[in-house]
Amino acid sequence: MDGLTYFPGCSLKEEAKEFEISAMAVMKALGLPLIEFERWNCCGTVFSLTEDDLMHQLATIRNLIRVQENGSEEIVTLCSMCYNTLKRSSLFVNRDKERLEKINAFMDREQAYEGKVEVRHLLEVLRDRIGWDKVEEAMTHSLEGLSVAPYYGCMLLRPREVGIDDPDNPTIMQDLIEALWATPVEFPFQTECCGSYQVVDRRELIVERTHRILSSARRSGADVVITSCPLCQYNLQKTQSELKETIPTFEEMPVIYFTQLMAVALEVDSGELPSPLLAGLAIEEGVGNGER
Amino acid sequence: MARNGLEIIEGLLEKVEELSGQNVFACYQCGMCSAGCPLTDEMDLLPNQVIRGLQLRDWRTMESNAMWICASCFSCQVRCPKGVDLARLMEAMRQIYLRQQLDHVSIDDMTPEQISKLPQIALVASFRKKTG
Repeated sequence: MDGLTYFPGCSLKEEAKEFEISAMAVMKALGLPLIEFERWNCCGTVFSLTEDDLMHQLATIRNLIRVQENGSEEIVTLCSMCYNTLKRSSLFVNRDKERLEKINAFMDREQAYEGKVEVRHLLEVLRDRIGWDKVEEAMTHSLEGLSVAPYYGCMLLRPREVGIDDPDNPTIMQDLIEALWATPVEFPFQTECCGSYQVVDRRELIVERTHRILSSARRSGADVVITSCPLCQYNLQKTQSELKETIPTFEEMPVIYFTQLMAVALEVDSGELPSPLLAGLAIEEGVGNGER
Repeated sequence: MARNGLEIIEGLLEKVEELSGQNVFACYQCGMCSAGCPLTDEMDLLPNQVIRGLQLRDWRTMESNAMWICASCFSCQVRCPKGVDLARLMEAMRQIYLRQQLDHVSIDDMTPEQISKLPQIALVASFRKKTG
């Protein structure tokens, strides 16, 4: 099949539309389009960490069954949380056949899951299958002069058994930034948690995390921060206005998806970009939005 | 009974170990988990103190807010030299509450404005972690 079996997850259809728009456009340009499979459901967002809890594995395993029904042995995600949850579930059932049998017996309308679907993140596909040299070749608008800080967060890297790169010293997004001729900016908070779902009942905690993480990126010289997690993007982007109310000296920092950065460089649809960033990229409004 | 309505069941430590699949006595209190935890500012016990409390069967540990502040970021898990998965211990402690119908967040306490402002990824994750 010419394309990747793509699992969007809920955020990419709502809060993180730009992520999907840009990823679709980029992967089409790279000749390996994302093909959304039918009847996917929410992954549950967080992997259940208790040994006896099989019920919360059903949503993820059902997705893997849909992929299997589709005749595919691979599922590709963009969202870090979906990636982590799906990957951990697949390992959880593969490690213990009794668990898998119980889950299969419980879901009697679906075919039995055979344990063969590989869960991959798009960044892995770019690194391992397409290659950074091909990404560089596809670039039509160099990002030279732009300093980009990669924010990895948690779910791409931890725990180690599902991490797509070294948990303490990852380079995968730096390599992508370099392929686009931009300058990667390392900063000490790039793998530190943004506070995640604590935004629901402890929003002030997230505001504090945003302050620390983005101020550090700013001090390290970044013009823009890239991420692959819709929850990190929400937390870091949407709490900046609140942060400015309490700390007026705080300088705002655009936080975008890595695929949006790629879309600008490949001059395909990037979805909506923050306007200060467009100015920094020295590109006109509309360019990179597929309106040329 | 702990102050916040939790019934301290017999064999609580064993229950936490069983749910988490972890041996709390593997921990030798090096403090690596607390050193790397990004959210300790908000916690009334440090992560290593939570494990120490479990080792000593000191049930005041169950009253600590640490388990509710922990966001399962796994920084401690990747760094523990003894292979203790503290994120799983925190989850097991939360589950002890949630399985006694003691939820930590309630959608009824949130205004429609609050709910509409939040992305579903945050709401689903929070309710998965903090309600039974």
